[in-house]
Amino acid sequence: MNRVAVFRKEHFNAAHKLFNPEWDLEKNFKVFGKCSNPNFHGHNYEVIVKVTGIPDPETGFVMDLKILSDLIEEKILNRFDHKNLNEDCVEFKALNPSAENICIVIYNLLRPEIAADLDLQVRLYETERNFVEYPA
Amino acid sequence: MVYITRIEHFNAAHKLFNPAWSREKNEEVFGKCANENWHGHNFELHVTIKGTPDPQTGFVYDVKKLSLIIKEFVIDKIDHKNLNEDVDFMKGKMCTIENIVMGIWRQLVPNLPEGIVLHSLKLYETPKIYVTYFGE
Repeated sequence: MNRVAVFRKEHFNAAHKLFNPEWDLEKNFKVFGKCSNPNFHGHNYEVIVKVTGIPDPETGFVMDLKILSDLIEEKILNRFDHKNLNEDCVEFKALNPSAENICIVIYNLLRPEIAADLDLQVRLYETERNFVEYPA
Repeated sequence: MVYITRIEHFNAAHKLFNPAWSREKNEEVFGKCANENWHGHNFELHVTIKGTPDPQTGFVYDVKKLSLIIKEFVIDKIDHKNLNEDVDFMKGKMCTIENIVMGIWRQLVPNLPEGIVLHSLKLYETPKIYVTYFGE
């Protein structure tokens, strides 16, 4: 069958730190380096959402990318854009906002909103050189 | 005259917030950039120097050495930092890229070797937003 992957790219700008509250400052710095700055640092995150399925015979769409864009804005950007992931976002109250964990959170926020017969994968760029994908 | 540019990156948190204003006025003027818990960016800094290439080396100036100067006097102070809280040359200033680029200029110029002329700085806050400063 003609399975096609469609992609939507969005951005959000956020502050965060990598910090395990059960460790002291020295251990956090030893493990996370400058990413553990208690006063936070930040990134322009780039999210690429991949949806895979068979194009609908009537519309030619796997999924309307305008709908996908609106969904990402509502579920992801409105939560994370111009926010402090550690301080402002309930999703990271007890979860270290590493790129890995952010990617899993984004997937879990989108998955229920996308038709079950479509596959979903999220790629998250923390910087141009560091990016993660989930599911791997 | 030849212009040579070195590009560096830093990831930092900041907010646009005037402490003399109410929270409402800050939100009205700066929008979501006023989030009191900060947000962040992957900043990109273009440092351009100018000169006539040395007849023996062919260099205006060794850009590896320029990179080390930028790192010592700029990047090490701001990378993975909170620009409002952690950076001495931004204390008491609004943390816009306009002011950040001027602060970086003042950090670099006294620390460049004699005869090396800083032509311009370009600072990207996001791929769509950047400032250019010529030291005027």
